[in-house]
Amino acid sequence: MSAPAALPSTGDRVRSPWRTQLEEALLPAVVALLIALIVGDVLIVAYGQSPGAVYRLLLEGTWGNAYGLGQVLYKTTTLTFTGLAVAIGLQAGLFNIGAESQLAAGGFAAAVVGTLLPPGLPSLVVLPLFIVAAAAGGGLLGGAAGVLKSRWGAHEVITTIMLNFIGLALLNYLTIAHFKVFDTLHTAEIRSGAVARLSALFPAFHGSAANFVLLLALVTVAAAWWYLFRSRAGFELRAVGLQPAAAEYGGVSVSGVWWRAMLISGAVAGVGGLNFVLGYKHYYEDGFAGGAGFLGIAVAIVGRNNPIGVVLAALLFGTLSQGGLAVNALVPKQMVDVLQAVVIIAVVTSVPEVRRLLRSARRGGRGS
Amino acid sequence: MTVAPGLPADAAPAVIRLTGVNKSFGPVHANRGASLTVAPGEIHALVGENGAGKSTLMRVLSGMYQLDEGTIEVNGRDVTGWNTAQAIAAGVGMVHQHFMLVPTLTVAENIVLGRELTRRGQLDRRRAEQAVSELCVRTGLVVAPDRLVGDLSVGEAQRVEILKTLYRGARILILDEPTAVLSPPEVDELWQVLARMRDDGGTVVLITHKLDEVMEISNTVTVMRHGETVGRVATSQTSPAELARMMVGRDVNLAGSAAPASMPAARADHRHALEVRELTVPDSRRTRAVDAVSFTIAPGEILGIAGVEGNGQTELVEALAGLRRASSGAILLDARDITHLSVRARGDAGLSHVPEDRQARGLILDYSIAHNLVLGQQHRFSRHGTLDEARIARNAADQIARFDIRPTDGSVPARTLSGGNQQKIVIARELGRDFKVLLAAQPTRGVDVGAIEFIHAQLRAARAAGKAVLLVSADLTEVLALADRIAVMYGGRFVALLPRAAANEEVLGAYMTGASGKAA
Amino acid sequence: MMTLAFLTQTVRIAMPYLFASAGGVLSERSGLIGLALEGYMLAGAFCAALGSYYSGSPWVGLLAGVGGGALLALLYALCSVRYKADQVVVGVAINLLAVGLTRFFLRFTFGSSSNSPRIPGFHVTESTTGLLALVQNPLVWMGAAAIPVVAWLLYRTPFGLRVRAVGEQPDAARSVGVHVARVRWIAVALSGAIAGIGGAYLALDQHQFTDQMTAGRGFIALAAIIFGRWDPARIGFACLLFAAAETFQIRLQGVPFIPPQFVEMIPYLLTIVALAGVVGRSVPPAALGHTEE
Repeated sequence: MSAPAALPSTGDRVRSPWRTQLEEALLPAVVALLIALIVGDVLIVAYGQSPGAVYRLLLEGTWGNAYGLGQVLYKTTTLTFTGLAVAIGLQAGLFNIGAESQLAAGGFAAAVVGTLLPPGLPSLVVLPLFIVAAAAGGGLLGGAAGVLKSRWGAHEVITTIMLNFIGLALLNYLTIAHFKVFDTLHTAEIRSGAVARLSALFPAFHGSAANFVLLLALVTVAAAWWYLFRSRAGFELRAVGLQPAAAEYGGVSVSGVWWRAMLISGAVAGVGGLNFVLGYKHYYEDGFAGGAGFLGIAVAIVGRNNPIGVVLAALLFGTLSQGGLAVNALVPKQMVDVLQAVVIIAVVTSVPEVRRLLRSARRGGRGS
Repeated sequence: MTVAPGLPADAAPAVIRLTGVNKSFGPVHANRGASLTVAPGEIHALVGENGAGKSTLMRVLSGMYQLDEGTIEVNGRDVTGWNTAQAIAAGVGMVHQHFMLVPTLTVAENIVLGRELTRRGQLDRRRAEQAVSELCVRTGLVVAPDRLVGDLSVGEAQRVEILKTLYRGARILILDEPTAVLSPPEVDELWQVLARMRDDGGTVVLITHKLDEVMEISNTVTVMRHGETVGRVATSQTSPAELARMMVGRDVNLAGSAAPASMPAARADHRHALEVRELTVPDSRRTRAVDAVSFTIAPGEILGIAGVEGNGQTELVEALAGLRRASSGAILLDARDITHLSVRARGDAGLSHVPEDRQARGLILDYSIAHNLVLGQQHRFSRHGTLDEARIARNAADQIARFDIRPTDGSVPARTLSGGNQQKIVIARELGRDFKVLLAAQPTRGVDVGAIEFIHAQLRAARAAGKAVLLVSADLTEVLALADRIAVMYGGRFVALLPRAAANEEVLGAYMTGASGKAA
Repeated sequence: MMTLAFLTQTVRIAMPYLFASAGGVLSERSGLIGLALEGYMLAGAFCAALGSYYSGSPWVGLLAGVGGGALLALLYALCSVRYKADQVVVGVAINLLAVGLTRFFLRFTFGSSSNSPRIPGFHVTESTTGLLALVQNPLVWMGAAAIPVVAWLLYRTPFGLRVRAVGEQPDAARSVGVHVARVRWIAVALSGAIAGIGGAYLALDQHQFTDQMTAGRGFIALAAIIFGRWDPARIGFACLLFAAAETFQIRLQGVPFIPPQFVEMIPYLLTIVALAGVVGRSVPPAALGHTEE
């Protein structure tokens, strides 16, 4: 799945690499979902409910009605951005744990820009300005981790964790000390640039937070895919992620790719902040990220660092997040937090194991 | 199968008796029916050219490798198939070329690790240091027990390795090329230690390819060639010439028939495609991996570099390619100074490079054949930042046909190809474009015979087309078959630079093993 | 009195850091990143609340806290050591799992989504200086001992020697017959157990469990480990330093010239500075994060 350039092979003796990759991409995910289902069953039964009823309610509350679906789409949008951010880092061999604060910083920067604009400007005209602001906010934090690694060799896992706390504390300070509306923890409303809800076009979505930043997410997915798999810079970025020594041999500046990848990763996470600020509340609120940055890690891992896979994984985690609210009448919604964690652990643990088993099975089958 | 002159091996009493050892790694037969008999209380040299199978045989003996066929007897007991722990318990210890030490622990801690001395559940540091000190005194291997191993010199680190095996009660000590990392006084000291061990009734097996060492220290010599044991003689009854003859398989003239190394200053036309002046490359251990090496290559010439691996060839090539920083000296490509250019700029200036390790450096294994065929030239195959996939595919189709790469589908990941076809991708990429100078490091390592012939033909074609080629190979036959002039690298320097006509396997072999170095 | 109260408050705040970083350094020195310390602590806090509530004894609570932390740590070891899964992902996921599990069982057992009912803690007498409460709490004495005990374990016992070897050069350890995976399993389980005490301290000190009550303390402990250069004595110092900064911030509440958020950042900024090697490079164990062969 990570090499979409590969077309089905014409060789009839050799097994198609495309099919092999599909098998290796899907089987671990299936195994992981099975494990999550089993854990879910245990929790549900322990709570004295029937798993069938709970899962039915989960599906009905998410995909069964327009409001639920709208909420799923809203959550999916943010997760797509944070998932893409983590995936881009991982394609370069870097682990960006900082999407949480990058997302918040992007949202904050956009909200501040929004309060400075004159009222009544058309959304489409000022949208680029918001994108730049959000990207700059997230990119600043991501880029800082990138430079710390390129220049001083500080491991990005630790620096992004630390920058999470630093960034969130800084945003908290700025909000409280300078930007908040009295007696709240949020900034003033933006004066221009609000993005319409989906319900403006499809009334059935009424009441849900789903909005047209969703389209921006899809455009970003397409752009990320093009960047990673069709651009020269992406060719070099993935080379660094796969084999740094070979990339260096191929004339690529490894440390240059490091800071650029972290900058882009942070920027993409930052743009995710628009979903809340432009599409939903129209202001920045302390703590709005609410773990979406950390779930982005899960989204990237389950989506196997491929932009298309990230969308699907974001949809899965968006559904689970919303599904928790739907089943809250029967079992605590917190069950879903557990299931999300179990999915991550099961995927990351079963991917190498399942791949090993698949490969040895194939070798055995061919008898060589 | 093997004719062993000298001592009748079977009659001698033996502490080690290896018979009929076969060991393969995939298609490579490292040992084929190799045997070794070592008498108690002797220093036994195991000699042979690089790749003769010496290290493999000793790793089988020390339990690191499991043999495919054959038997291992130690002290008269059949121990075939044992593991490292059992070997250690039976008193067999091996000192590897790459040390197995923890740099952040002290000497004493490294030595007792796994067999700690305790007092009421606690580490008894004083007793450990005492035990190490006593061991130092008894063996003459002096090293302060409380020093951090990371602070030690290579020679000291080696002493710790030896002490480690002795602490575990080794009575049979195997040393793999122990002098490769030592200075001459350290070598002398090591000989004293080994001699003392022997006089105490211990047994030493010494892997080496330096004949002067063999003559100096050993009691008995076993010679290996191409994975087989070809001879076992008492050192007192042999000569370097006879050993060299056994090592390479024919008569050897060690008496310095090689012409003295002379730089080809005679080439007055100044048309050097590549000129290297006093190039010095540091290595991680603060020493010089390449020590003020100078040479030139003319267009249409292949300069071969022979030498035992680890004598600076890798560092030389990497420094020329821009992958490693030189501390001083200059590199001129077609009279243009490229010493400080980036890898990519050197490529643009006309430098091609077939790297030594194609799996780690030469290819991105998960990239397709087509993409690997443009690695390093991605900037030439893109427009406005976008990869020009159509041209990449056309280039792939051309190169695949021209260099006979299989499979012919350019979208297949390089990982799935055989070693020979992987190397053809590298060759196609580096020779299939416009270049002036080619660095070819171990171009035929690990590829099958057909691919070797093909690659050799390509290198000759490059020479015919007026390219300058630097060929680094551990395979003497290859160097002799292709090169116009041949340099021998030893200890980071060129110890010989001969025209092809003056070189043959024996002469080069002598320079490589350092035997002629002292004679000259 | 002001200074004494400052000191006692610092010690009190430092307690969870001391436990968590004492556990964390064991895991890190064996080559496993202590990214899940936050999760161990949270599980420890919840299990301690559970144990103390149902038994009426804080000692039972403490034991349960140890068990809760160790259990999560064993899951971490299963994924990272046995199955060689990526340590960073597993660590992050275990933190999420701890949040989810404690929330779920908080609802399940106490029917609340925010906090448990009041639970018995150790009997202490509150005073203005807080000194009495400090010396009467057995957990404080354990916290004071945590770092020295781990230092003793690392530097004075055969097990500690093996931990240090395995985290630095697993191949060298393996070549002399040390069972690398077993050493790592034990180190990780111990790290979870000790971090679990840190969580138990929080719950017993506050006489209840509240949702996400660890509030990033596991990461401050991780910061202390890195800032302390993986050396127990320095780590203990780092914990006290970070706690003092926090006390300072609490005591200065309302003083306008230093915003509290900037004091909050101190541990994290210091850690980045240490990692970037601006003043004296902080070098991690060589095999840290690499469980794949």
